[in-house]
Amino acid sequence: MARRGRGFWAQLAFTVLVAAFLIVPVAMSITAGITANFFQGVKSGLTTRWIAEVWRLYRDTIFLSMTIALATLVVDLAIGVPAAYVLARWRGWLPRLVEEALVLPIAIPGLATALALILAYGTWREFRTSWVFILVGHVLFTLPFMVRAVLAVLSSIDLPTLEEGARSLGASFRQRFFGVVLPNVRAGILAGALMVVTLSIGEFNMTWMLHTPLTKTLPVGLADSYASMRLEIGSAYTVMFFFMIIPLLIGIQLAARPRKPATLRDEAA
Amino acid sequence: MSVAIKLVSCAKTFADGTRAVGPLDLEIPPGETIVFLGPSGCGKTTTLRLIAGLESPNPGGRVLFDEADVTEISIERRNVGMVFQSYALFPNMTVGGNVEYGLRVRKLPAAARAARVEEMLGMMKIGELRHRRVDQLSGGQKQRVALARALAPQPRVLLLDEPLTALDAKLRDALRVEIDALLRRLRMTAVYVTHDQAEAMALGDRIVVMSQGQVAQVGRPRDIYFAPQSRFVAEFVGTMNRLHGVVRNGHLEVMGGRVPWRGRGGGEVEVLFRPERAAIVEAGAGQVKGRVATSFFLGDRTRLLVEGVSSGTLVVETTDRRDWEPGQDVHLVIDPDALLTLDR
Ligand SMILES: Nc1ncnc2c1ncn2[C@@H]1O[C@H](COP(=O)(O)OP(=O)(O)OP(=O)(O)O)[C@@H](O)[C@H]1O
Ligand SMILES: [Mg+2]
Repeated sequence: MARRGRGFWAQLAFTVLVAAFLIVPVAMSITAGITANFFQGVKSGLTTRWIAEVWRLYRDTIFLSMTIALATLVVDLAIGVPAAYVLARWRGWLPRLVEEALVLPIAIPGLATALALILAYGTWREFRTSWVFILVGHVLFTLPFMVRAVLAVLSSIDLPTLEEGARSLGASFRQRFFGVVLPNVRAGILAGALMVVTLSIGEFNMTWMLHTPLTKTLPVGLADSYASMRLEIGSAYTVMFFFMIIPLLIGIQLAARPRKPATLRDEAA
Repeated sequence: MSVAIKLVSCAKTFADGTRAVGPLDLEIPPGETIVFLGPSGCGKTTTLRLIAGLESPNPGGRVLFDEADVTEISIERRNVGMVFQSYALFPNMTVGGNVEYGLRVRKLPAAARAARVEEMLGMMKIGELRHRRVDQLSGGQKQRVALARALAPQPRVLLLDEPLTALDAKLRDALRVEIDALLRRLRMTAVYVTHDQAEAMALGDRIVVMSQGQVAQVGRPRDIYFAPQSRFVAEFVGTMNRLHGVVRNGHLEVMGGRVPWRGRGGGEVEVLFRPERAAIVEAGAGQVKGRVATSFFLGDRTRLLVEGVSSGTLVVETTDRRDWEPGQDVHLVIDPDALLTLDR
């Protein structure tokens, strides 16, 4: 192997430094969450006590976050996939406009969207106090990601001709939508789904405005614990958040990888 | 099983105002292979799609299968087989899955499906590809799968839109011969779209030459070739030479000499003839004289571009083994019966 020049080592050192700069706080946080007394340091002993405490105090927020994330996913799938299909099949300026307008909920600060929702529906008490209120906010925020992920795959295949082929073979709309369209955009749906769940679980801005004392999600609870609990509890909470979010992030990476040309047996055949 | 197709004053105007086709009338007897031939944008695909049911004609136009009006029947229920230039195979299914698809949507029992898939794969000689994913196939293999898939549900007509255009020349010839044999064996009414006149000649029982959404001429390949009814057909199908000159004393006098004139009329005329109707002869024996502008050695023959006979360049072919140099004199005899006078 060729000897590496000085530039290589300088670059490596810089990269390691930056990575360390980013990772140190994470490591500190995790350590804090499992240390008996953070101010005395690790010598005070490691414990799962804080994690148990978080579980006792905040497990509702974890369940609510998961519920909302899954509900968001279901709604996004039900609306986003057909919407992407319509956008892909329908030519002209209107669909392009809709496509561009789809980024608005991402570009507008979550706080503003939340405020708008409260202004519009805040007086409808049952709705305002139920977790469905938060769900609506999350759907607004995440739907564009689902639509765009599916749309990207849809526009990379010659969908009109595929469908015409299916039609000539006698396939009804239902048959070709479920038998031809959906299976061919599976990668986009998967990527979109992981994205949506991750975004929903981590969403704080909007949720902080939308929540009520009885509808706290994990990130809201996290802020709450940072503000009012001892540092170890807040950190233990962070640890639990990591455990939920990291598998999802890895999943996104895997889903985004190009598919290997494996020889798949046709499931349906 | 095969049907007659009839188009009755079928026109198609798209939403943007483009008049792509006709109004045109056309009758295709059962079992015939008819080829739509014409330059790009002349409406071949649109006409095919009208027959398929992927487009509906303007009000007043009708599509009949065996005298039954199918104009209002959607493609899903017309029972037509389609083969596309881009193959349009389903990437989520294997070769076998693709061929089976039309049978599955018709809810045929599994055993019947399996038997038919087997038969189709065998017919197209792709049995060993059964479990392959379609993105692992060559272009030729893909088009075989597409044919098998289209034929599996026993369609009433087979519609092919430039099925060979995406393939390289050698493969195209091989598959063309095979499709020809297949269509003859199946005796299925088939409509084949191409802009390649050699393909059209080789495959078609009849050829429909189209121009700007209209039928320019319908006829057997030899009629189209030997008796074109318009300049457009004459020049689009095969190669045509133009002679410009004056008819005087029973001869057509051109720049490079004179040719006996058997036609009517007189005065200034422009006539057409096919390259193979001119022969290269020794100096002195020729009717007209020209100069070689360029020569192309094609192996079995040499193609010469000859100037000086008429205002344009003539194409002449010869099977002799001479080396033709640019600038060299060339003497020609043109068969007087080959001269076509076409006013349109
Ligand atoms: N969906 C459409 N909307 C508007 N105009 C169209 C549409 N489809 C085709 N056309 C127009 O109709 C005319 C005929 O098109 P068509 O595709 O039938 O031609 P073609 O003979 O098949 O040409 P090619 O050899 O290039 O495939 C063209 O001018 C084309 O631009
Ligand atoms: Mg075409």
